[in-house]
Amino acid sequence: MGMTMAEKIIAAAAGVEEVKPGDIHTVELDRLMSNDGTTHLTIDMYNKLKNPHIADVNKLVWIVDHNVPCDSVKTAASHKKMRDFAREHEITFYEGAGVCHQVMMENHVTSGELIFGADSHTCAYGAVGAFGTGVGCTDYLYAMVTGKSWLLVPETLRFELKGKLPKGVYARDLILTIIGQIGANGANYMAMEFGGEGLKTLNISDRIAICNLCVEAGAKTALMEVDEITRAYLKEHGREPKHAFQSDGDANFAKVYEIDLSAIKPIVAKPHFVDSVVDAKECVGTHIDEAFLGSCNNGRIEDLRAGAEVIKGKKVHPLVRFLVVPASQTVYEQALEEGIIKTFMEAGAIVMNPNCSVCWGSCQGVIGENEVLISTGTRNFKGRAGHKDSFVYLASAATVTASAIKGEIATADMI
Amino acid sequence: MEKFSGKVWVLGDDIDTDIIIPTEYLALETVKDMAPYAFSPLRPELAAQIKQGDIIVAGKNFGCGSSREQAPEIIKALGVKCVIAKSFARIFFRNSINNGLLLIENEKLRDVVSEGDDIAVTLNQAIEYHGETYEIASLPKNLMDIINAGGLVKAMRKLNGLD
Amino acid sequence: MGATIIEKIIGNNTKKEVKPGDIVTVHVDRVMIHDIFIPFVASKFEEMGFTKLYDADKVVLIYDHLVPASQVDDTRHFRVGNEFVEKYDIKNIHRSDGICHQLMTEAGYVKPGNIVFGTDSHTTTYGCVGAFSSGIGYTEMASILGTGTMWVRVPETIKVNIKGKLPENVMAKDIILKLIGDLGADGATYKALEFAGDTIDDMSVSSRMSMANMAIEAGAKCALFTPDEKTAEYCEIELTDRERDLVGDADAQYCRVIEYRAEDFVPVMACPSNVDNVKPVSELVGKEIDQVFIGSCTNGRLEDLMAAAQVLQGKKVAPFVKLIITPASRKIYNQAVENGTMAVLAGAGAMVTHPSCGLCCGRAGGILTDGETVVATNNRNFLGRMGTSKVGIYLASPKTAAACAVAGKIVEPE
Repeated sequence: MGMTMAEKIIAAAAGVEEVKPGDIHTVELDRLMSNDGTTHLTIDMYNKLKNPHIADVNKLVWIVDHNVPCDSVKTAASHKKMRDFAREHEITFYEGAGVCHQVMMENHVTSGELIFGADSHTCAYGAVGAFGTGVGCTDYLYAMVTGKSWLLVPETLRFELKGKLPKGVYARDLILTIIGQIGANGANYMAMEFGGEGLKTLNISDRIAICNLCVEAGAKTALMEVDEITRAYLKEHGREPKHAFQSDGDANFAKVYEIDLSAIKPIVAKPHFVDSVVDAKECVGTHIDEAFLGSCNNGRIEDLRAGAEVIKGKKVHPLVRFLVVPASQTVYEQALEEGIIKTFMEAGAIVMNPNCSVCWGSCQGVIGENEVLISTGTRNFKGRAGHKDSFVYLASAATVTASAIKGEIATADMI
Repeated sequence: MEKFSGKVWVLGDDIDTDIIIPTEYLALETVKDMAPYAFSPLRPELAAQIKQGDIIVAGKNFGCGSSREQAPEIIKALGVKCVIAKSFARIFFRNSINNGLLLIENEKLRDVVSEGDDIAVTLNQAIEYHGETYEIASLPKNLMDIINAGGLVKAMRKLNGLD
Repeated sequence: MGATIIEKIIGNNTKKEVKPGDIVTVHVDRVMIHDIFIPFVASKFEEMGFTKLYDADKVVLIYDHLVPASQVDDTRHFRVGNEFVEKYDIKNIHRSDGICHQLMTEAGYVKPGNIVFGTDSHTTTYGCVGAFSSGIGYTEMASILGTGTMWVRVPETIKVNIKGKLPENVMAKDIILKLIGDLGADGATYKALEFAGDTIDDMSVSSRMSMANMAIEAGAKCALFTPDEKTAEYCEIELTDRERDLVGDADAQYCRVIEYRAEDFVPVMACPSNVDNVKPVSELVGKEIDQVFIGSCTNGRLEDLMAAAQVLQGKKVAPFVKLIITPASRKIYNQAVENGTMAVLAGAGAMVTHPSCGLCCGRAGGILTDGETVVATNNRNFLGRMGTSKVGIYLASPKTAAACAVAGKIVEPE
């Protein structure tokens, strides 16, 4: 019987020939990412262990990205705890380098790896065919101490992509459409696998945006077939694939969806659920107070370019706070060089240093009572971006930028 | 001449406005919301201990730093009757007058007074403590006018024919 | 009888000769209100019974302390500000363009000889172009908004003469810190500071801003620099005779005259937790640091960023040390992008934030915790200013700060 990509990665990590959905295996992990959202809690638990030790410190990557620069005394204490621990144990450590998932993609992740991240959007790593999954502190701690964990082999949903996204439509619109179609729990415990001819039209940035958001459909992980585009990206970053698995022809999928990329339109996810998606045109005219272009989902150079193209020579609406936050320092430097930062600054945007910003919602950029945000962030849950009584719409970089100019939700073709 | 007495809290030199009320709490909606954080970088417990009618005695340059008017407003909201210091920073001085918080300059008292003791003040004349008398200067007329009007807001209301 | 600069400015404004100690009512040329105090000014203004502004063109609102918002209630200040602007037809509003004190002169709101008040203690900054500017509270601001006037006591003046050429590793920041150390935190209370000498003449307007900005840290009411060709160029004006005459007369009465030789200055730091606790950097060398902050209305200008970039060129910030750069305005940010400074700073590993007050006002932008040490280019190192009361804040010039970021400890700039 053939296996899916997810099954092959787990089998390799478990050191067995074959696995099937529903099996539970002990797996060797390749990498363990943790950020300032929870690492201080992991450290507290670690320090209570009878024989605390780290199985393989080289597997650990710790990244301060949620509140950068630090914005409260409480966070300052947890950052210090994390920094001191990383220093003492010689853990690979980043602070201010960017959003964790982007930093991981730029510096660490490769195809075929099995990675735990103490953050739900760890599934982003599937963009290069790595099995990334989000875990809590307890799972993380166990993996940190033993180098291993247990994993339930997930069923796989296969998304067969064909065609090409129309101009002005983005990967973001595609994945929001898919989530709307299968629902916020449509892929619970499952792997979402993407392949087909249409995949060739999507670059790594698009693929990250798609995989990153799969957790919003409940997925355990997301995986893209490894192809020439993947290999070129890895090579450019000085890495080789660990494995370049493809699903077998006779692999067993829980369901196969055929997605015609050419039929996708600009989409908006309305408050307060990611699967509450509608044609962006239906939201046109909705008043906004703030717009956010950034996050691990849409803060890459391609996203900034898309926004810059819309806003070049235009101005941000005077009553809108338009936050532009590159996903990493590398992205920021590239955007500086391309003149994109200048474009945004001249338009009146607020360009922040790379960090999670209002996508995290408990740091600089928060919105107040009854305020409305349109965002390229990952989530629009109630209260996610600040005040408990506030509203978040999710959309593509182009739609967010167009809205920032208009002062109300607008699509790029209206500018 | 008005006379009053009160229990003394003793502070040092250069009590700045960030000590009186840290910026972290400045965007709270009302002075009442901010008052519990008064003096927190220096003496976090102090705000809760100060009672109506108490007196703060401090060293030189009291209120130096920011123009934040919450500083005198909070001290007043805590119930402090007056602040006696060797000297005051100028923005704080103006803000206090405008809000009707009484400030008294005295060079000597701070170095002899002990926290928890009672002192008696006769306005524009003298302070009495442990049988000793410490002279104090009168405020200039234009400032007494603002104080007598009940602060600058009331003076302006009068100007606009409202009171 | 000669006059000091402040006596001339107040005299011109009130159209009579004044002397220190006089209490006079002045006509206010411009006022500045920033985001933290907007709700308070607005409510006091209406409580006082005013229904219109004395002159909407003279009012400038600037959002900077809370940009971007870090607490959910912060945006209330923007809402109240926007409503106030709408209701009273205010045109001069900056919602994310940088720090108030930078924008007031940079955007042309303040000219030589003006009398300006702002709801912030560092309003003394505009003395850099020869304006009398001072910080006030929100109640007084509300009364100015209604009346256009304010009473002031004409201050005595301390004259500071500086002559000669500064050493390479010394910046204007080192001069003003040294002066504050010499004067003490209350050494100029109620007084005006007046700067003169060829060192001052050679200085850029930016450097004069750093010095005027910090005058309040010695308690001063204002700090004044004589307008010259550099001022004219900066303000994009031709100086009038009256503006040129804003110079302390030879026979003016000063309460104190202080003389410095430029060659004697060395890089200094203000040590925790008072601005007048000033020591030469050479005495502090080796102390480990956790963070460096380059920014603020004191030292977030292009020349400051360029000085830092010069130190950081081809180098990296030390491991586990954070370097936070917060330009003082949008214009400065853009200039730094344009001339390549930002690329150097980012390449060295600096976190470049949006122009705002940032860490200096202690609400966000790099808050620290117990036992941590920060070298910062801003104006205050008070207890608890940047986090807990057990954070050590050392104030320094951008050159010194950048050198410390690379070394991971306190070092003298080369």
